Amino acid sequence: MTQLGALWVYLAATPLLGLTMTLFAYLIAQGIYARARFNPLANPVLIAVALVVAVLSMTHTPYQTYFQGAQFVHFLLGPATVALALPLYRQLPKLRRAAVPLAGGLIAGSLTAIVSATAVAMLFGVSRVTVISLAPKSATTPIAMAIAERLGGLPSLTAVLVICTGVFGAVSARTILNVLRIEEPDVRGFALGVASHGIGTARAFQVSDEMGAFAGLGMGLNGLFTAFVVPVLLPMVLRWIN
Amino acid sequence: MGLHLPVPGPVIGLLLLFGFLLMRPSAVDSIEPTALELLRHLSLLFVPAGVGIMAAAGKVRGEGFAIAVALVVSTTLAIAVTALVTRALMRRQMRRSRVNTPSGL
Repeated sequence: MTQLGALWVYLAATPLLGLTMTLFAYLIAQGIYARARFNPLANPVLIAVALVVAVLSMTHTPYQTYFQGAQFVHFLLGPATVALALPLYRQLPKLRRAAVPLAGGLIAGSLTAIVSATAVAMLFGVSRVTVISLAPKSATTPIAMAIAERLGGLPSLTAVLVICTGVFGAVSARTILNVLRIEEPDVRGFALGVASHGIGTARAFQVSDEMGAFAGLGMGLNGLFTAFVVPVLLPMVLRWIN
Repeated sequence: MGLHLPVPGPVIGLLLLFGFLLMRPSAVDSIEPTALELLRHLSLLFVPAGVGIMAAAGKVRGEGFAIAVALVVSTTLAIAVTALVTRALMRRQMRRSRVNTPSGL
């Protein structure tokens, strides 16, 4: 036990702590996710975050200490966002075939996501920071976090909200689409990708490759669209409220 | 320095890479393995920021219910509107292409 204590003191003093904890929590979360047969409710990011938060609060480690090590993982988000260009490029033939319907659906759906989320939140009178953090929630996590950071929101809150959006969309999309009698797999996939990004896309791939491909396209296009629309639209909405 | 664009830097990077791939499609094969390896572990990269909710929780205390309602309403509407508009436009496109291409000749 004293040995373990000594090890802890050593680790806590170096950036290795945050890095090691992040990797271990992720591995455990991946294991649970696989055990749950990739059920969206067992989202590995949510589980990994919960594990790290539990350890940090039990050991009274401040977030800043943890982040000194974890920042090396966090840094890779930027390059990973740039890398999203590749899957998007691969979807180009699908985009060309149905450019007008997909563009129309994207614009309508993305604006609905942004405006309805901010409107409902503001009806409840939440703080400005929360509204900014909530607005980009349907975009893929790295893009949504970058938008929140750029506009003065809380990227960490955005990260959690984006994941919850993805999980909710992945779990409920089938019911919503069945009620509306949407049967076309390409339309179903696209809607899931636009509204609930990567987690929705993963769910769509479980149904079929066609649905998954269109979900991936919806995710990529909505990430880009949101990145350009929220910085313009949100200040207007916030000013209109004040 | 810089243009002070409101769009996040990584998104501009995404567009630059996308534009580059359009101009040089042959570059795809050499970039793709690295890019896909990075994206395969994308979930891992969200964890440090997600843990930040611990530090941020104090600022949003008492807003949990409002946020949950906003999230559920907005995601449901977004799925419905995207699907309905995309399907309506696809059907219109199909009708038009049927009118424009003479069949039965």
